[in-house]
Amino acid sequence: MLTRLLSNDFPRSRVLVVLLVLLLAALVGTPFIFAGVKALNVAAKVLVFVVLVASFDLLLGYTGIVSFAHTMFFGIGAYGIAVASTRLGPTWTALALGLACALALSFVLAVLVGLFSLRVRAIFFAMITLAVASAFLTLASQLSDITGGEDGLTFKVPALLSPGFEFAEQPFLGVTLDGRLLMYYLLLASTVLLLLVMLRIVNSPFGRVLQAIRENEFRAEAIGYRVVLYRTTSSILSALFACLAGAMLALWLRYNGPDTSLSFEVMMDVLLIVVIGGMGTIYGAAIGAALFLVAQSYLQDLLRLGSEAASAWPWLAALLSPDRWLLWLGLLFVLSVYYFPTGVVGRLRARAS
Amino acid sequence: MNKIDFDWKPLALVPLLSLLVLPVIGSTSTWLTLTLAGLAMGMIIFVIASGLTLIFGLMDVLNFGHGVFIALGAFVATTVLGLLTDWTVSPDLWRNLLAVFAAMAVAMVVAGAVGLAFERFIVRPVYGQHLKQILITMGGMIIGEELIKVIWGPQQIALPLPEALRGAVLLGDAAIEKYRLLAVLVGALVFATLAWTLGRTKIGLLIRAGVQDREMVEALGYRIKRLFVAVFVVGSALAGLGGVLWALYQQNVTPQMGAQVNILIFIVIIIGGLGSTGGALIGALLVGLMANYTGFLLPKVALFSNIALMVAILLWRPQGVYPVANR
Amino acid sequence: MSANLLTLAGVHTHIGAYHILHGVDLLVPRGKLTVLLGRNGVGKTTTLRTIMGLWPASQGCVTFDGRDITALATPQIANLNIAYVPENMGIFADLTVKENLLLAARQARRASQMDKTRLGWIFSLFPAVEKFWNHPAGKLSGGQKQMLAVARAIVEPRELLIVDEPSKGLAPAIINNMIDAFAQLKATGTTILLVEQNINFAKRLGDQVAVIDNGRVVHAGAMQALAQDEALQQALLGLAL
Repeated sequence: MLTRLLSNDFPRSRVLVVLLVLLLAALVGTPFIFAGVKALNVAAKVLVFVVLVASFDLLLGYTGIVSFAHTMFFGIGAYGIAVASTRLGPTWTALALGLACALALSFVLAVLVGLFSLRVRAIFFAMITLAVASAFLTLASQLSDITGGEDGLTFKVPALLSPGFEFAEQPFLGVTLDGRLLMYYLLLASTVLLLLVMLRIVNSPFGRVLQAIRENEFRAEAIGYRVVLYRTTSSILSALFACLAGAMLALWLRYNGPDTSLSFEVMMDVLLIVVIGGMGTIYGAAIGAALFLVAQSYLQDLLRLGSEAASAWPWLAALLSPDRWLLWLGLLFVLSVYYFPTGVVGRLRARAS
Repeated sequence: MNKIDFDWKPLALVPLLSLLVLPVIGSTSTWLTLTLAGLAMGMIIFVIASGLTLIFGLMDVLNFGHGVFIALGAFVATTVLGLLTDWTVSPDLWRNLLAVFAAMAVAMVVAGAVGLAFERFIVRPVYGQHLKQILITMGGMIIGEELIKVIWGPQQIALPLPEALRGAVLLGDAAIEKYRLLAVLVGALVFATLAWTLGRTKIGLLIRAGVQDREMVEALGYRIKRLFVAVFVVGSALAGLGGVLWALYQQNVTPQMGAQVNILIFIVIIIGGLGSTGGALIGALLVGLMANYTGFLLPKVALFSNIALMVAILLWRPQGVYPVANR
Repeated sequence: MSANLLTLAGVHTHIGAYHILHGVDLLVPRGKLTVLLGRNGVGKTTTLRTIMGLWPASQGCVTFDGRDITALATPQIANLNIAYVPENMGIFADLTVKENLLLAARQARRASQMDKTRLGWIFSLFPAVEKFWNHPAGKLSGGQKQMLAVARAIVEPRELLIVDEPSKGLAPAIINNMIDAFAQLKATGTTILLVEQNINFAKRLGDQVAVIDNGRVVHAGAMQALAQDEALQQALLGLAL
């Protein structure tokens, strides 16, 4: 049964299995194990990013397409929820409508982007997606009537999922049983479900053809596979999953703005995670997201300590300033691409075999 | 470019665009101002893009971090001009120009030096692996941007034009800004130097041949890898120069400017054809003009207009206007 | 001064996972024209590329004029006064004919510095080179490009010429031109290593012959001997010279 669930794509490394189990357990138990709002927020962000990065891995790791426009779909999903809730009120129907529209828009754009990627060389395509992502960000900031502009949109979620709603009098194991908790577990369930679906996709005949195309497009075409169809389908699927991730993010934050989902930083984070976790593995997204986001959240605290300790040397203190955490992350990124090209999952699997 | 049959169509795009927009703008003097502004911006963009397109054409390296040299050049200029304030506040044109050229020189040297390190430590280990190049050079840009913030601080710095370069000369009803004239001159000088080097020297010959068939150039006995480093350094220095020009054009600098100008540069070299200097010039002029025309007519769609322009050109010539025949 | 300018001893070459050369032993005597014969895909081009360092030999030794060049980089090998004409000619299409030749003339910094007498000789061998002097090389016909490729290899005196199928795709009339050119080259004392499929070409010019099959040299000796032995020709090449 486990075989069917994981679509025959096992972790293939004992250490990896342990890590994944621990991760799942930690995520399930976060509200109860870790005190404070921050831990829960980090955990929720991990859930969202697992889906987002896995969708990117589908595109990059399995199909071999480098696209910087991925955050566009993430943003569309988030804005879909945000706009629907703001305009139509925090009802389930509104959310469903918003999500449906976001998915539809993602579908159309993914088709356009996918088809365009086939007309031009890979390098061109990467550069063009960069430009498109930038333009989309500007668009979101400028259509302030719809998107709330730079400030974004703050909105409510249906009563059942909002923090105010408590469905039990007594706290359970020290935690108030409110809508927020419910939202968290909804996110958790979604993440697990979507991850399993993606595993199924990449291990299906469709997924195998994708990998064949990634390895040698010419040969795949010669054998008879219509590369156009496969790549476009992969682009669409990847975009739809990213869109769903965006919706999840918006629901959790009850806010969305251009910087939350469309910024260059988000794209860099996704790239970093996919490289650190391991491209072409799907599991890499899970491990990578957890490692990265935990580090990111607590790195700033670490840097703050370091900066204070180095206050005698102003240059060192400036380098270690918590505002400069991106510098260290960037360094980590460059080092990972060199020394860790297969990522954590790749390394673990290589060790195991 | 050869003497026998010169492909003039792409070159015609520049006046074509300008003329098409004239009726839409209406007033000739506004049109003239905008066109000149566009050409000036285009020339500045060309200075930056020329280096990148050569680097890609010759070394097959796509430096997604080219923007870091732009930002570096700009910030170095703020420091240099800050030190030379008595020259910049003076109304004497020659003093002002001297200050500006000093800033340009220092910016080019610094950017070139950083380029040397960048090539050695970031680019060289991933020769031939496009995906890793894209990732690593982006990482390099992030690191660079953050280091700039460490050295100069994260906020934007104003960079006022030197005294004698402010204001405009009047040509009938049209106001032509003095600084923009300078930018056009500098850009034209860079283009002329590049064209002369590429067309009339043996090194230029090597570069043009290397862009087409690296292996054959090696088989003819030339160590092309050494040439790579030189081209990378020159490309980075040019980006630094472009950074100074851009900073003075905008009259301020921010650490993010590298990433922002990067997008425009990519659009330019895609339009021009990866590896073609002439193409980069045409692409840059078109982008500069487009940015200024739409900035006046429809400010909200400025960036989109450039993307639309790029898509239109790619539909006409999928490899850019002057594709380099190779590989 | 040894009799052999170039020797290969037990050379193996791998391209990725493919093992192409399985221990090639080849002797290229000084001042003579050696032909490398063999069917398609046996490793002739690979042998030439390995000599030039374009593909590294995984095993074995390549010696030029007594010097081990196995591990040298391509530019270094070329600078030992070796000229290489690849199968695809390696013409720079966007450069003019003049620029193509200038590039090959390592001693000249400008076109005016190229040896005029030598150029005159090249023009007499290959009139097309003179005719299209200022035209982009890409405009030349296939045959003319071949001639340009060979012209490039001889724009300055070289000790060793390595040529991969100079007659490929040429019309018979042009082939005679090419044979003339090589005959004149031989007369200057240049050592030449030629890969050829055109038997006539090989017979008329070759002093020595080596036959490659499955990545190994299966026969080496005088061209005369092979040309007279029809049974051997059939056995080695499946056809008569």
